[in-house]
Amino acid sequence: MKPTNSVRKAMLKTSLKSLLAAATLVVAGQAFAEGHALPYPFKPDTGNEASVQRGARNFMNYCSGCHSMRNLRYSRVGQDLGISDDLLKANLMFTSEKVGDHILSSMPADASKSWFGQQPPDLTVEARYRGPDWVYNYLMTFYVDPSRPLGTNNLVLPGASMPHVLWELQGLQVKKAEGEHGAADGEGEHGGHEAGAPFELASKGKLTPDEYKKFVADTVNFMVYAAEPGRAHRVSVGYKVILFLLLFTVLAYFLKREYWKDVH
Amino acid sequence: MAITPNPYKTTGFLGWIDDRFPLTKLWKDHLSEYYAPKNFNFWYFFGSLALLVLVNQLLTGIWLVMHYKPDATQAWDSVEYIMRDVPWGNVLRYLHSTGASAFFIVVYLHMFRGIIYGSHRKPRELIWIFGCLIFLMLMAEAFCGYVLPWGNMSYWGAQVIINLFGTIPFVGPDLVVWIQGDYIPSDATLNRLFSLHVIALPFVLVGLVVAHLIALHEVGSNNPDGVEIKKHKDPNTGIPLDGIGFHPYYTVKDLVGVGVFLIIFLGIVFFAPDGGGYFLEKPNFTPANPLSTPEHITPAWYFGSFYAMLRATPSFAGTQIWGVIVMGAAVVILFFLPWLDRSPVKSIRYKGPIFKIALTLFTIFFVLLNYYGMQPPSPTGTLISRIGTIVYFAFFLLMPYYSKIDKTKPVPERVTYEAH
Repeated sequence: MKPTNSVRKAMLKTSLKSLLAAATLVVAGQAFAEGHALPYPFKPDTGNEASVQRGARNFMNYCSGCHSMRNLRYSRVGQDLGISDDLLKANLMFTSEKVGDHILSSMPADASKSWFGQQPPDLTVEARYRGPDWVYNYLMTFYVDPSRPLGTNNLVLPGASMPHVLWELQGLQVKKAEGEHGAADGEGEHGGHEAGAPFELASKGKLTPDEYKKFVADTVNFMVYAAEPGRAHRVSVGYKVILFLLLFTVLAYFLKREYWKDVH
Repeated sequence: MAITPNPYKTTGFLGWIDDRFPLTKLWKDHLSEYYAPKNFNFWYFFGSLALLVLVNQLLTGIWLVMHYKPDATQAWDSVEYIMRDVPWGNVLRYLHSTGASAFFIVVYLHMFRGIIYGSHRKPRELIWIFGCLIFLMLMAEAFCGYVLPWGNMSYWGAQVIINLFGTIPFVGPDLVVWIQGDYIPSDATLNRLFSLHVIALPFVLVGLVVAHLIALHEVGSNNPDGVEIKKHKDPNTGIPLDGIGFHPYYTVKDLVGVGVFLIIFLGIVFFAPDGGGYFLEKPNFTPANPLSTPEHITPAWYFGSFYAMLRATPSFAGTQIWGVIVMGAAVVILFFLPWLDRSPVKSIRYKGPIFKIALTLFTIFFVLLNYYGMQPPSPTGTLISRIGTIVYFAFFLLMPYYSKIDKTKPVPERVTYEAH
């Protein structure tokens, strides 16, 4: 009786395991294969409070003129990033007096439509919609394109209606001719660009390429924070919850064992 | 005027209740003296877990509705309001959104358990049918809920699913307008789906769960050996020899299952609520926009298999209704399982190689269908989905034949159980 039972169990287990493994392989393999080629790798770090603070400053100074974050309040940014109301009002709030207000751009919607062809999108959850790496690459890959109405185009969003707002900082870059950027072209003479980035700097900006990269990284870190301000709290609560559950499950297991001693 | 004392001879407050309401009787009938087979294994956790997830959905849902606005101009912002301004709102929302996916995972595993141990066989046909109805209602409930955040995938998902009704000859297009209450998904659509999601469907769902449990407790639980424990009762007590009281034995055992489940479930809720983009999809983080179609419209992951069958079915005779019929039939055919299975034994433990091969193929292709249902259309995807659709239906339609000719092993008189 016993051997057949265990053999049967083993057979079922092996077949189920191999089945599961096959399915996982297929799904995982293809899931990682998708996604567009973004030339610059980027991992957000919202734990770096100074970076997120700098990002907030960058956003308010360079983005909030046109883009709202209509679901985010100034006061929430202040609380989460340790910025006092006075500092908020003095440095980050340009269109509003009340710290409880949402971050709204001052650009009239109708006018912006006629200026740019569309209203600049709200950016509250943009980082969750596009992904942080996409936003980073978007801000890195504006290049000169005289065929566009505003003179620039974007690598990851071709035909973008947004002008290269940060040109003063980054400078202007042009696309290299086809085939010019290859394995041999590592750190170019203009510096800062990774191998594979198809650009060279035509005119320098106020920031060095490295400083610009940090500027963009800070800005994206802030946008990732803004997309889910409750994230840090959620994660810290999560550790406590899981710790409790581990304890609970161990106790429940011993309770079960105690009761089941009667079952023969 | 004296009342007849209750048969449980309870006294005091409980006695006062028992004289008027069968509290002790209910407790005994459904918990302490509901005798379940002692040989339940891993697969038997998912019934109680499904109940747990249902309660989670109901409770978090009640609190979400306190803050959500079923209005096409406010729905999106009200969800972000919940995520930001409502204390613990983000956790409530993630519990609910992750709960939807968990519900399907748990229910799929629960159904799989039924199939491998023959829990749908006589005399449990009605339990299975109530279960299938629960699954059907769950699909409707999940679809309606998915639309409520009014993100762009909510919008286009609603558009695609509601337009399936448009393939019905003659009345289709009018039917779509009638369902939507408009020519495109709009505020009217959102409001009626909200009504269904928070009132009508949960009512039906809870009612069906009660019926599912009443039917189960009437005939008793099946077990991994597929033998009836009621055949061997203690002559003195009338209690099945292989039965143990659901309470305390399975309540404490299920508590361990709950612990393990919650570690995984809350691990996702607190650390990865997007579920890798499958539980909360990126394209749904931008508000509904009738003028901007997402790159490819995918249903929520738990509809993947059925959506793949829909897409894999070619249209002919000038209509696409065949895909809708196939997809509907894939759910309807589940109801007939108790009568399609003609095997003399219930459990996979005593079934022969044909059933094991059929089940393995069925499972592999169900997973593949689910995967390809979420991918953009491709020639490989279409081919595998077509094969998968055929395998899915063959598993059921050929069952009356292969389950009869399959070689089976002798079934023991009593359950097999080794004390731990």
